[in-house]
Amino acid sequence: MRGLYIHIPFCKSKCSYCNFYSFVPDNNQRDSYLNAVLSCIEKWSEKNLSFDTVYFGGGTPSFFGGERIAAILKKSRACFEISPKAQITVECNPSSVDEKLFRELSSAGVNRISMGMQSSVSKERKALSRFSEKEEIETAVKLAKENGISDISIDLMLGIPFQTTESLNESLDFLFSLNITHVSAYMLKIEEGTPLSENTNAFVFPDEDSVCDMYLHTISRLSEKGFFQYEISNFSKPGFESRHNLKYWLCEEYLGIGPSAHSFLFGKRFFYKNNFQSFLSGEEPVFDEEGGSEEEYIMLRLRLNRGLSQKDFKKRFQKSFSPGMISLAKDFSEKGFMSFDGETMKLTSEGFLISNYIISKLIEE
Amino acid sequence: MAKNKENIRNFSIIAHIDHGKSTLADRLLELTDSVAKRDMTSQLLDDMDLERERGITIKAHAVKLDYKADDGEIYELNLIDTPGHVDFNYEVSRSLAACEGAVLIIDASQGIEAQTLANTYLALDHDLELVPVINKIDLPAADPERVAAEVEDVIGLDCSVAPRVSAKTGENVHQVLERIVADVPPPEAEDNAPLRALIFDSVYDNYKGVIVYVRVVEGTLKAGEMMKMMATGAEFNVVEVGYMRATGLEPCDVLSAGEVGYITASIKTVRDAKVGDTVTKTQWAAEEALPGYRKVNPMVFCGVYPADGADYEALRDALEKLQLNDASLTYEPETSGALGFGFRCGFLGLLHLEIIQERLEREYNLDLVTTVPSVVYKIHLRDGSIVEVDNPTHYPDVAEIEFSEEPVTNAHIYSPPDYVGAIMDLCQDRRGVFKDMTYISKDRVDIHYELPLNEIIYDFFDVLKSRTRGYASFDYEISEYRRSSLVKLDVLLNGDIIDALSFIIHTDKAMARARRIAERLKENIPRQMFEIPIQIAIGSKVIARETVKAMRKDVLAKCYGGDITRKKKLLEKQKEGKKRMRQFGSVEVPQEAFMAVLKLEEN
Repeated sequence: MRGLYIHIPFCKSKCSYCNFYSFVPDNNQRDSYLNAVLSCIEKWSEKNLSFDTVYFGGGTPSFFGGERIAAILKKSRACFEISPKAQITVECNPSSVDEKLFRELSSAGVNRISMGMQSSVSKERKALSRFSEKEEIETAVKLAKENGISDISIDLMLGIPFQTTESLNESLDFLFSLNITHVSAYMLKIEEGTPLSENTNAFVFPDEDSVCDMYLHTISRLSEKGFFQYEISNFSKPGFESRHNLKYWLCEEYLGIGPSAHSFLFGKRFFYKNNFQSFLSGEEPVFDEEGGSEEEYIMLRLRLNRGLSQKDFKKRFQKSFSPGMISLAKDFSEKGFMSFDGETMKLTSEGFLISNYIISKLIEE
Repeated sequence: MAKNKENIRNFSIIAHIDHGKSTLADRLLELTDSVAKRDMTSQLLDDMDLERERGITIKAHAVKLDYKADDGEIYELNLIDTPGHVDFNYEVSRSLAACEGAVLIIDASQGIEAQTLANTYLALDHDLELVPVINKIDLPAADPERVAAEVEDVIGLDCSVAPRVSAKTGENVHQVLERIVADVPPPEAEDNAPLRALIFDSVYDNYKGVIVYVRVVEGTLKAGEMMKMMATGAEFNVVEVGYMRATGLEPCDVLSAGEVGYITASIKTVRDAKVGDTVTKTQWAAEEALPGYRKVNPMVFCGVYPADGADYEALRDALEKLQLNDASLTYEPETSGALGFGFRCGFLGLLHLEIIQERLEREYNLDLVTTVPSVVYKIHLRDGSIVEVDNPTHYPDVAEIEFSEEPVTNAHIYSPPDYVGAIMDLCQDRRGVFKDMTYISKDRVDIHYELPLNEIIYDFFDVLKSRTRGYASFDYEISEYRRSSLVKLDVLLNGDIIDALSFIIHTDKAMARARRIAERLKENIPRQMFEIPIQIAIGSKVIARETVKAMRKDVLAKCYGGDITRKKKLLEKQKEGKKRMRQFGSVEVPQEAFMAVLKLEEN
């Protein structure tokens, strides 16, 4: 089954580190966008697609409003086959949620919330220009649960300005107190062109070694509390993985709707341009390349804790691992960056930290 | 066939770099209608791309111009162009030996520069009649009268009738031709004598073989006759003789005494027609060669390796082709543990090295790695023998060495007085020995130093230029070998010697250089999966050390949805980057690290 992604390119304000396609909308842009999404869904309806995950990402979908999201879901159900057990996630910002929103989402069938917290330490959040208060996060989680959405993921960031192991512990403790099901813990990457990248001198960043230590520390603390790592940056209680995101890493197909949204459908990768006006005018997506190559598959599967298995690889590509790959994997295993039992290659935590290096070596073979 | 030799004028144009030699040559060609205006590309004589780009002449060329002078007579002007750089001094001297006069160009804003004087002395050595020309009078900063006074003071040339011209606009260029006719004497030439013709250049042509450019001093030569190179003894059957015209070769029946022309004789390599050699005839051979022939020895050596080992054959072919046209380039196969198969190449100087390197990369599309350039050291061993070492790899064991000698140059730096302090600091830093300093005018100083050649071969000129804002000029000649205290430095990565990075250096400089190299390598070697010690050692003694820490983080934390294609491309780029790395044992070193060590510019 495939996944459906809906991009909501609106935010109340831009965060300093973010390079996703989003902007602060004026009055009627949200409504005109809703119409554009609805007609885009309509266009795809003839393909008879069925989905078992739906994901509203952004931007800030919560800022788009529960009614509009409900309308998109309704249209999707009319035009596609959405499985009754589908995991339907909406990304939320604590600063743009209220009781009404969760009520609307819940009754529209949304059953999972992903919320950006990044840090529970106010100074650290402010450095990322996130202005909601810690208490608002607590309230948001509580409201979601009260309205029947109990599958909740919280984003945590590592390597942000001012962060130390102590302050990270504070964030982790706060996170545990929320009693949630899923955590995404990303190491901050300073993206070119973001306000943060032009302002790096204004802050003290933890050095690379500290960030690595924080990452390892986070893995171990999360696992103590029953959050198992299933991907480089993702952790969940058993059975609460993000099924939508797993499709990306398992090299499965998905349709993405909205400016800057990418798709992998019928073996092809394509995307809608990150241009609001051209999306409104119904411009067709741009072809990117054939998807699902060996390289892609290796790259994505090795991000997962379950790793890359010989069996799956053979099934997909009708061939075994190359001797070069196997000898590299053995070499990485000896150095403690990987485990390889002859059947499955899995990166260790240290291995995840240098996964670009390892993966680029492996796909060379 | 008695030609009127009275109307022949053989001359060169000499100048400091950028004083407008090639532009003036272009104007002379135009004025004598040697080339239609529409065919003129700027600087016609410099026909190699590289020359045109750098604005310098690498190889000499010659051209015959017919000029109808103001006195109504037709004159045959032979313009022999000269290379404009110290590395090619010998070629310059041979070109000058083929002339009776020289046009000396001086920039009206800059005045006398290092090569103005160096070339003037060379010309005077050959008893040439000098025709001073003050160029670039169109420049706002031009001060022709001051420059004229400077030339009269320093060189002692009367500049009262010296043409003040702008080669760029063509203003007064006609006067230059008139001065040549009036001042340059016709050749003293005897046709009825055994042939003696001086080779001042030779170029390889795919169809004709080597084209030998000569000045016939005595005697005559025709197609079909047997000729003989007096230095090499090689004999050839002359296929064609003729004149060089601006638009191409023009065959003629006979080349006679006093004339400048070319010979083709199915000669396969320029090595058989060496610059400075004398051509004579097998029948009726001259007894004595013309004076001044000398074998040119390369002074600077370095290893040249293909970045991709698969290009070895291509590199060899390219060197072979370049050598067809450049007798002073030498190469022989060399193997490096670090760089694989390549060649040890010998060059006249650093510019020559750079030109060859650039031509290999540009014309032959090769990606190269070159090792630190080295001069030729003479190492006196305890057993009384002397070895010449141009490759650090062949440096003898310290225990066997009695003492070492290195080449020392006589160097002249010309500069405005403001920079004397900066220049002396630089020379002092480069182990220079101060000889003397002369004010050649109130705003021009000649600073004379003895500088070891190995101190000037990599970056001296660049540093000099930057410290003097480009105002200083520089000229040098090798004077002698002198006893010196030398050591060989080895670079070790993860305990293994990287032979391609070894070099020979003066003891006093070893420590500072070692530290700098270690730092540079550290900056340029990316973190790898394990810690990499960098050591710089003399023999077994480590004198500098740095460590590249193990890589800990290289990860895309966020990877989903959209940018899978982009992420994949990122990894592919990383993969590409690895291809440009050299594997040394278990250590990967990017090409840039080599370059960084080779070009250790000062801070």
